[in-house]
Amino acid sequence: MTPKISFRDVVKSFPVKGGSFTALNGASLDIADEEFVTVVGPSGCGKSTLLSMAAGLVEPTAGEVLVDGEHVRGPGPDRGVIFQQYALFPWLTVRKNVEFGLRLADLPPGERTRRAEHAIELVGLTEFADALPKTLSGGMKQRCAIARAYAVDPAVLLMDEPFGALDALTRVQLQDQLLRTWSQDRRTVLFITHDVDEAVYLARRVVVMAARPGRIHTVIDVDLPYPRTEEIRLSPEFGRIRNEVWHSVYHQAAPLPT
Amino acid sequence: MSVVSVPEQTAAQPGAARRTGRRPVRTLALNIAAVLIGLAAWSLLSVVGVQGLPGPLTVAERAGELIADGTLATDVLASLRRVLLGFVLGTALAVPVGFLMGWYTTARGLLEPYVQFFRTIPPLAIIPLAIVLLGIGEVPKVFVIFLAAFLSSVVAAFQGVVDVDRTLINAARVLGASDRTIFAKVVVPASLPFILVGMRIGLGSAWGTLVAAELIAAQEGLGFRMQQAQLYYDLPTIFVGLISIGVLGLAMDRLLLFAGRRLTSWQETR
Repeated sequence: MTPKISFRDVVKSFPVKGGSFTALNGASLDIADEEFVTVVGPSGCGKSTLLSMAAGLVEPTAGEVLVDGEHVRGPGPDRGVIFQQYALFPWLTVRKNVEFGLRLADLPPGERTRRAEHAIELVGLTEFADALPKTLSGGMKQRCAIARAYAVDPAVLLMDEPFGALDALTRVQLQDQLLRTWSQDRRTVLFITHDVDEAVYLARRVVVMAARPGRIHTVIDVDLPYPRTEEIRLSPEFGRIRNEVWHSVYHQAAPLPT
Repeated sequence: MSVVSVPEQTAAQPGAARRTGRRPVRTLALNIAAVLIGLAAWSLLSVVGVQGLPGPLTVAERAGELIADGTLATDVLASLRRVLLGFVLGTALAVPVGFLMGWYTTARGLLEPYVQFFRTIPPLAIIPLAIVLLGIGEVPKVFVIFLAAFLSSVVAAFQGVVDVDRTLINAARVLGASDRTIFAKVVVPASLPFILVGMRIGLGSAWGTLVAAELIAAQEGLGFRMQQAQLYYDLPTIFVGLISIGVLGLAMDRLLLFAGRRLTSWQETR
């Protein structure tokens, strides 16, 4: 079966003064349809670059990125992206933000309203549909951004440290909400994070990356059943996997001198 | 349906409304006190100090005369017409040119040398050239004001486009927006605050160029009236002209500031 997302020997380097900087040095990874994969690693390991390439915002220097077996050529509404900085259009209300992608898809107004309302309800922002982003808290902004991505019904969700700027409690609530929605719609999710607990709690597989040069260090299976609950979060098995991931993230071989 | 109702506090701080809305009464009282003290100092100077300096009452009297015979209204209208015409034309050209420079590197490469070069020349220095090339009618005056407004606004519009948050552009792209849509739906609204600031600077600059522009053989206008008054050593009329220019400039600036606040009320207050 064709993987949903496939990275094949992907290299990304940027020209810098007197040479080039390698952000990603030959990464290969297959993500199956309906799979939830998290990527964790130290800063500078190229995890965001990996996601940007799947999104079509960044082109690989070498290697190929495939979605449904096809080369990624630029961004498209089949892949929804959630950014850490929310990236809401501050001059639009929550509803207009969510409708942004639907307008581009040329949907009839009735269908547009219906889908926007559904997405807003899904993230629990119905009461705030006509509010401007500046009046929302960080967690509500990110829920609005998630609703905006859901509204166009992408097959793939690419999430770039989406909960990184939120407080611990809000983060856990959004994790549970994300898993609940995922258990119903089973979109393929590629989720970048620097939080080991978050990586293990959400994913079926955790990809651990290493820095200098950025590369995939190891892939760890998370053999915990869904739905994930508080009980699982506190179980010894969760702790064991968490320790394993933690170990491979923070006790990697010393980085190569640069 | 999995709806979570999380009791989250909204980010609206109680202080924000007061900062952006009504000014505290104390500040207003201080402003009024400052004006009164200034008037008192002016009266004192005219009585005991500077030879020939008219006091506030003399100036008010002259203002009354100039209003009564319609001179002030004619002059104000003539000046406002020139400034607004020059300002509107200048801004109307500056916004598309600034957008072009911000969006297309080719346009930037071609236009930037000219914009940066002419920006360093005070518009007043163009006056001799404008007279020789455009004659002594309304055209050279409006042209100089136009140039002043254009050069201030074009840089702001350009900077506004360059400074648009890349993440917002990416957010639109991943939702399937074309370059044209991104420009109209993201770049234009996102750079609006910059453009409004540029327009305010442009208006100030246009207003400042006015008096000098009216020295070019004008028949009416605040600058012309002051120039005439200078010939007859008519200080009260000069004061009326100065105060009119100040009050009108302040009024236009506040108007633009107010309109700008309304248009960009979505901005986060930092």
